[in-house]
Amino acid sequence: MSAELFLAQDTLEGNNPVLNMAIFGLFVAVTLVIVLRASRSTRTASDYYAAGRAFSGPQNGIAISGDYLSAASFLGIAGAIAVYGYDGFLYSIGFLVAWLVALLLVAELLRNTGKFTLGDVLAFRMQQRPVRAAAATSTLAVSFFYLLAQMAGAGILVALLLGITSDAGQALVISIVGVVMIIYVLVGGMKGTTWVQIIKAVLLIAGAAVMTFWVLAQHGFNLSDVLGASADRNGDAVLHPGAKYGATELSKIDFISLSLALVLGTAGLPHVLMRFYTVPTARDARRSVVWAIALIGLFYLFTLVLGYGAGALVGADAISSAPGGENAAAPMLAQALGGPVLLGIIAAIAFATILAVVAGLTITASASFAHDIYANVIKKGEVDSKESEVRVARITAVVIGALAIVGGILAREQNVAFLVALAFAVAASANLPTIVYSLFWRRFNTRGALFSIYGGLIVTITLIVFSPAVSGKVKVDPETGEEVSASMLPLGVDFSWFPLENPGLVSIPVSFFLGWLGTMLSKEHDSEKFAEMEVRALTGAGAEKATQH
Amino acid sequence: MTTTERTLAPEDWERVHQSADFARLRRKLRSFVFPMTGLFLAWYLLYVLLADYAPEFMSTEVLGHVNVGLLFGLGQFVSTFVITGLYVRHANKHLDPVADKLRDELEEVAAK
Repeated sequence: MSAELFLAQDTLEGNNPVLNMAIFGLFVAVTLVIVLRASRSTRTASDYYAAGRAFSGPQNGIAISGDYLSAASFLGIAGAIAVYGYDGFLYSIGFLVAWLVALLLVAELLRNTGKFTLGDVLAFRMQQRPVRAAAATSTLAVSFFYLLAQMAGAGILVALLLGITSDAGQALVISIVGVVMIIYVLVGGMKGTTWVQIIKAVLLIAGAAVMTFWVLAQHGFNLSDVLGASADRNGDAVLHPGAKYGATELSKIDFISLSLALVLGTAGLPHVLMRFYTVPTARDARRSVVWAIALIGLFYLFTLVLGYGAGALVGADAISSAPGGENAAAPMLAQALGGPVLLGIIAAIAFATILAVVAGLTITASASFAHDIYANVIKKGEVDSKESEVRVARITAVVIGALAIVGGILAREQNVAFLVALAFAVAASANLPTIVYSLFWRRFNTRGALFSIYGGLIVTITLIVFSPAVSGKVKVDPETGEEVSASMLPLGVDFSWFPLENPGLVSIPVSFFLGWLGTMLSKEHDSEKFAEMEVRALTGAGAEKATQH
Repeated sequence: MTTTERTLAPEDWERVHQSADFARLRRKLRSFVFPMTGLFLAWYLLYVLLADYAPEFMSTEVLGHVNVGLLFGLGQFVSTFVITGLYVRHANKHLDPVADKLRDELEEVAAK
């Protein structure tokens, strides 16, 4: 154990931070040039929010996978498979199957009824101001939780890949990442951001493909041999379900709860939904999802090989005790396979991933604030010019970017892994029921929408705050044998009463119920608007087309 | 803004909404997506429950080190790809032609 620990630190210190930074710098330089070029044709609100709706289905599909495959899914899932084996794989399946909800129930109908934001669709046949305010609140909440998780991840990567351990150094790198991201969003708008996602997705999937091929080549292109090699080194448990979630009855239920939030949350993530507005028609939205499913599916098949490959070639113990823990699996595997150059490339891709996902979240949150809150709630839909709306969106992007930098620096050493689960749980509880009801349920009305959005948001956040993810969870440090906190708050603070770390199992049904209850408690119903919405949703009549430049 | 945005009156939307073609389009959409959603969610939950509560069964080795759980997991990938393909075929064949026809009708009304 101690020899492996020494080795682990040695390998990661043996990486070449200058090389890593140079490759990442090249990515930033290339994408900045492209973003600057994209900015020349960004004039109207439709350009800024929806890239003039001029992306093709395949382009948008690649961008969706770029937006969706966050550092958490790249580093986190490969690491979870390397250390826990099969249970890490369970994650990726939920993330993939979720796309069928988007394909079958949401993507095309949303593209046909909305313009820029989730609020456009939810408020279509409701009272505009309250529903838009609610939609924006939940969009901002989900985006902020997700953003904070990404920025905290950036802090871990800085330590892991750049070898920067001082507080000031890490804060500086996080700030640089944040500033570059703000420039992308500010200058390039949705078009620039989309190109960043596309480039990043291609690099990420290509990088994963190369490593997968390499691992398979070392094992005679036999998946069973990769599994066997990992089992030989780390024990048979890595091949069986239960290493992570099978410990107690409670952890099993927690896993069901997580699975539910993953599969129902994706189609409610605002930054994913907003991507459907960047294509000219519903048919292109469908093609986007088909491409996204193909690429995301392929990528998760790669991570299966990468995870077990890292288990076999690096070893679960070495990964667990490396700086960054499980997140180090993919970089350590790259090091083991291709030395410092491959590690540099994978490290740069990991940074590019954070940059691209954070840019996507920021533009979504800023669009929602400017379009829903500023233009429709504050100005009551009578904005003097679309330019002032875009100006507000740009200012919001800077504010959100600044918050992300500060949050990222503060959350750097915190255990904030639960934030991604929280973002998915809110998306599945507050957003998805409201979207499904609005699109398919004739009777649904304003009060129903407010009940399901605010109800879902409040229930989910309350359950998380009083869950073991925030306080009261204790684990024993394997090195020292001492008890340490496994929650966000330190040891000794315990106000948890909700036993699950993932609230989805309770919050999702409660939100569906609240949406129904709110609807039944109000007589309001606009059948004319419903007819219009349904005809628009199914036929695409009157939907905004691509703008010509 | 497209021109249709301003010129279509509530009666136009209502008329299409009441039409037999639209009813057929809605039926063709719902009769595919609702059962399919139920099916893949059930299939996914079955997988999650088996991994959770039947780990011995899932650990049964089938081919070398490839066990039932892994095959089930890969089966989720396959089913996702297959359902995607089926939906695209269904939409191309049964949804798009009717949707195009109704949209053209509405856009003609709007252009008058």
